[in-house]
Amino acid sequence: MSVLDWLTDDAPASRLQAQAGQAWSIARAFARNPLAMLGAVIIGALVFVAVFAPWLAPYSPVGQDLGSRLLPPSAEHWLGTDELGRDIYSRILYGARITLVIVVMVALISAPLGLLIGAVAGYFGGWVDRVLMALTDVFLSLPKLIMALAFVAALGAGLQNAIIAIAVTAWPAYARIARAETLTFRNAEFIAAVRLQGASHLRVIGLHVVPLCLSSTIIRVTLDMAGIILTAAGLGFLGLGAQPPLPEWGAMISRGRSFILDQWWVATMPGFAIIIVSLGFCFLGDGLRDVLDPKQREGR
Amino acid sequence: MNEWAALLMRLLFSRAPVCPVLVKYFYCKQIDLYIKRTFVRNAYILASKQRESAVLSGNLSEPAHSMTERGMDLAAGVLRFAAVTALTFLGLLAITFFIGRVVPIDPVVAVVGDRATQEVYEATRQALGLDRPLLVQFGIYVRDVLTGDLGVSLTTGRPVVEDLARFFPATVEMATAGILIGVLLGVPMGVIAAARAGSWLDQVIRVLGLLGYSVPAFWMGLVGLAVFYAGLGWVAGPGRIDIFYDGLVPTVTGLLTVDALLAGDWTIFGNAVSHLILPAAILGFFSLAYIARMTRSFMLDQLAQEFVTTARVKGVSEWAVIWKHAFYPIRVQLVTVIGLSYAVLLEGSVMVEIVFSWPGIGNYLTTALLRADMAAVLGATILIGTVFIVINRLSDLLYRVFDPRSR
Repeated sequence: MSVLDWLTDDAPASRLQAQAGQAWSIARAFARNPLAMLGAVIIGALVFVAVFAPWLAPYSPVGQDLGSRLLPPSAEHWLGTDELGRDIYSRILYGARITLVIVVMVALISAPLGLLIGAVAGYFGGWVDRVLMALTDVFLSLPKLIMALAFVAALGAGLQNAIIAIAVTAWPAYARIARAETLTFRNAEFIAAVRLQGASHLRVIGLHVVPLCLSSTIIRVTLDMAGIILTAAGLGFLGLGAQPPLPEWGAMISRGRSFILDQWWVATMPGFAIIIVSLGFCFLGDGLRDVLDPKQREGR
Repeated sequence: MNEWAALLMRLLFSRAPVCPVLVKYFYCKQIDLYIKRTFVRNAYILASKQRESAVLSGNLSEPAHSMTERGMDLAAGVLRFAAVTALTFLGLLAITFFIGRVVPIDPVVAVVGDRATQEVYEATRQALGLDRPLLVQFGIYVRDVLTGDLGVSLTTGRPVVEDLARFFPATVEMATAGILIGVLLGVPMGVIAAARAGSWLDQVIRVLGLLGYSVPAFWMGLVGLAVFYAGLGWVAGPGRIDIFYDGLVPTVTGLLTVDALLAGDWTIFGNAVSHLILPAAILGFFSLAYIARMTRSFMLDQLAQEFVTTARVKGVSEWAVIWKHAFYPIRVQLVTVIGLSYAVLLEGSVMVEIVFSWPGIGNYLTTALLRADMAAVLGATILIGTVFIVINRLSDLLYRVFDPRSR
């Protein structure tokens, strides 16, 4: 019996085999979607570049070389140099680290927060639901970018505060999704069975409700990533995100602004990095939605 | 005989769902089948609507309910709507109030300076109302905002409300021009994409839409300036108008293009438009992405309906099928989408305004941000937030009024 047979067996003999088989079929469906694969490759490349930046970058991201200021793209400096003679290609590679940190941190803060609020609201219902959802709706109906700006204004500029500000404005969507999912199975028999076995509410929510909301939340988080990257870059562009000399992509565009007419590469190159990574997350999110959650698919 | 001819004409040229029963007698068996389905569907929808309205009035056994009951429903609905809107607005104020309190700057020290004596400090603290309970402070804050008192801007030295009134029209002008471009291009693009679903045209429109989600607005503004202003010279540069035209037309609406038209000055109008067109087009691109995507998805839903098939079988031209039969029912949903994207545009204009040195709210807000001018920041946040909430709620209301299914 080959591994493939074991994976595609109609009657799995163990829990491990069933889960492996499910993962296998999801992976196969995913691999059939070319755009989704492209997205996965882009995000994989982002992670790779972020991890191995010191080995991939030909120059230091912060080392200044005033003799070679504002050089156009060439064999020596693939994407040219900026106003302090720093190699833009190296800076973009290092910038991948910052982007990845922002994306991962925002996801780690806002997704669990939204999941928990949504699951609790959906599971308990009644006034708990009403209060939590009113709160969610208030946040949902506020302009995200402006709220993030106001939060950063209050907390002070910086990478850490930018992450907090974005996370604070990102969670309501996840709460809505988690609640909607929870409502569909809160009266299901397996929940009642677990309760009868004496499980506490905390245990039911943590071990039985939240895991079932995970897949739709992951899809939504992936789809939101492009927006999060754009917001972070916007904060960087305004000088409210990562502070110099950190090679944050939005901040790099902002510095290139004064040279846009003559030295166009300084501002445009980091923009391409942002576009590619955001597109990658869009593709990946679309693909994940098609594979993991066919019922949410838009008419496409 | 004339009546028969008239009936025939009506059958041939009217919309499908209007007279399904009569068409039956004039067409062959296959059409008969489609029409029967449509008819059954219509009858089902009618019945379910009646049932719904009966359930709504809490009266299942007696479907016909009186006018007063309907009035009560309406009143309750209006009340709920107003309550939700007020709650959301209060939430906005709570957040800005909270942000104003989180700021690491001591508001008293900001007024009296750090060399003031303890007595002066305490007196100012009491004068500012900071010694009272937080809830009372919040009450005072809400009262101030509602009476139009947003404090004084540290940067300009004027009341924030006055500043906002001066800067807001520029933002409205740009966002409105943007949404016009977005709607005029986005809706036809979405319809075409749906009509030719799967074709290369559909793919192009889809990629354009995805780009709308992944290109930073400020970057596009910079590239647009470099290409269309510096490179090709097609449009005017940053700012709202060339400096030598500034202040030549009397301010009536605050929208420069409209004011120039009112004054009948075509030179200034042309100049204002050439300044406006690029930032508006860039803003419009982002709403276009969303509008085209939603239009496509709504249209695909409609094109799969059986009344569309009926219309096609009847021999209605493809153009009429798409624009009259399929497009007609989605207009309410579309208005909601357009309303929402207008709200998002007002917000998104912040970034574009900075790149184009556009003297709007976005520029005001960010200038204030960088100088820690919290009164101005929070004032601008409240303004944009309020407009955002109002448009959100209005689209919601519109949807409820025009789409009976959502009631």
